[in-house]
Amino acid sequence: MSAAGRSMGLRGYALLYLLFLYAPVILLPLFAFNDSAIIAFPLSGFTTAAFTQLWETPALHAAVWNSLKVGVAAALISTALGICAARAATRSRFPGKRPIMGLIMAPLVLPEIIIAVALLIVLVQLGMPLSLWTVALGHVLICTPFAVAILSSAFLALDQSLEEASLDLGETRVGTFFRVTLPLVAPGIVASLLISFTLSLDEFIIAFFLTGSDATLPVYIWSQLRFTAKLPSVMALGFLLLLFSLLLLIAAEWFRRRARRGAGDEGWI
Amino acid sequence: MSAAEERAAPVAYISPRRRSRRIANALRGEAAQGLLLVSPTFLYALVLLAAPLALVLLLSFWTQNYLEIDRTFTLANYREAWTDPLYRLLMLRSLAISGIVTVLTVILAFPIAYFVAFHVKRNRALWLFLITIPFWTSYLLRVFLWKVILGYNGVLNSALIWLGLIEEPLTFILYDVNAVILTLTHAWAPFAILPIYVALSRIDRSLLEAAEDLGDGPLRRFFRVTLPLAMPGVLAAALIVFIPTVGDYVTPRLVGGSDGLMIANIIQVQFGKANDAPLGAALSVSSMAIVAAISLMLLLVGRRIGGASR
Repeated sequence: MSAAGRSMGLRGYALLYLLFLYAPVILLPLFAFNDSAIIAFPLSGFTTAAFTQLWETPALHAAVWNSLKVGVAAALISTALGICAARAATRSRFPGKRPIMGLIMAPLVLPEIIIAVALLIVLVQLGMPLSLWTVALGHVLICTPFAVAILSSAFLALDQSLEEASLDLGETRVGTFFRVTLPLVAPGIVASLLISFTLSLDEFIIAFFLTGSDATLPVYIWSQLRFTAKLPSVMALGFLLLLFSLLLLIAAEWFRRRARRGAGDEGWI
Repeated sequence: MSAAEERAAPVAYISPRRRSRRIANALRGEAAQGLLLVSPTFLYALVLLAAPLALVLLLSFWTQNYLEIDRTFTLANYREAWTDPLYRLLMLRSLAISGIVTVLTVILAFPIAYFVAFHVKRNRALWLFLITIPFWTSYLLRVFLWKVILGYNGVLNSALIWLGLIEEPLTFILYDVNAVILTLTHAWAPFAILPIYVALSRIDRSLLEAAEDLGDGPLRRFFRVTLPLAMPGVLAAALIVFIPTVGDYVTPRLVGGSDGLMIANIIQVQFGKANDAPLGAALSVSSMAIVAAISLMLLLVGRRIGGASR
């Protein structure tokens, strides 16, 4: 096969693969607007009834509000923790760096159910009541590695001579950090906040184990999946969530690129 | 002596010993600063990850009667976890499903990563973005959508019947192991594509040209140069998919039926309905140990392959 033929073949495969990746996602808008309680073909008609129903469900509104609270708390705490760890990892050598960073990044490869179980045991042993706070504590754990990864590349892209110049000109270390370093990595910080928030918004297992009587959005969706009559509104909700996540991600990507501009890479991984 | 030399002189006259001490001090300062900076994050992980995991380990050696925890050391939970046929079945099934999913995901992902790394000239970022979008839609809903697609009266069957391609609904990927494998292969695709893509895009193109100049055809060049150099990425992809899928809870619960249940489902039952946290802890520790052992083996084998090719 010629090189051009190989390229064509690969492109065809890539397009098929994208179709496979998008197959479930395409169904969301299709059946969110479909005028039937049953999720099956053929489509029967266009309606926005499912969206109206969402508007009239107080339990859903409570869940959205809960998820927002947890997401904001998790994003703020994990980004603050991420700034500390990323700064230390990119700028200093210190004893035990590998094991310490390994522990911080461990939630990336641990099954979420293990993290959820471990936290649940501790909270029960301590007699702490389960609440949205305990969910946020768990979410900070899984968001922090992402925050560290994003912020590390932001700190790496930062020109060190700017900080040195600030020190030479008589600014203190603390002053330099707040007046020079932070503004320069600000886009990275915003990207980290957005990604952490999106992760927390979507996380189910930890929320399922650690929440008390307050359901977050995924926990609420889980409770609705059993009722076939609720399916169209679940589809509508999923579609809105998809749009919202996409908006957040595009914003995060924009900030991440600004943070890495000049670092000479494409800013994707 | 010029002014510049005069200024340089004191530095030059520092004895080697003093100089090394000065470096040590600077390093100590840097080390202290680094440790201080990393400490909030480290403490958080220590208190909310390491300590809880240690407690899981401890709990797995205890027993529970209703709400009372008996703190005498016992291996009874492990005996039950490793000998009860149900737990053994679920563990083996989880490992088998994850193994198949890992192999499938990596094999399906490799050509995409290869395509984006070598054949896409512009719009590389756009391709990667397109690949990652489905990953950012709610995991719960993505899995649930597969249930909707594969169901008896689901999207796939109703569409095929509507198009007149089949008479009766297909049932071979409905609420069983196949449905779990399909769904997981879909859900973890981006996690396999990205590490392989990174490894491929780091390959020095001149090595490929050298192989060609030295007479390797495209196929030989691929197997002798490209694939060995991409091995770290392939290995990372395999581990990133394998480790979390063993512990997946949502997918088997939603699309697995009773034949597709996995170890995470029974762990959840121990902490919920069965109210036997120590047994749940022993099951968690056991599955983590097995997964860790398999991952280590994979790493060693992969390193060996990588080393031999170098």
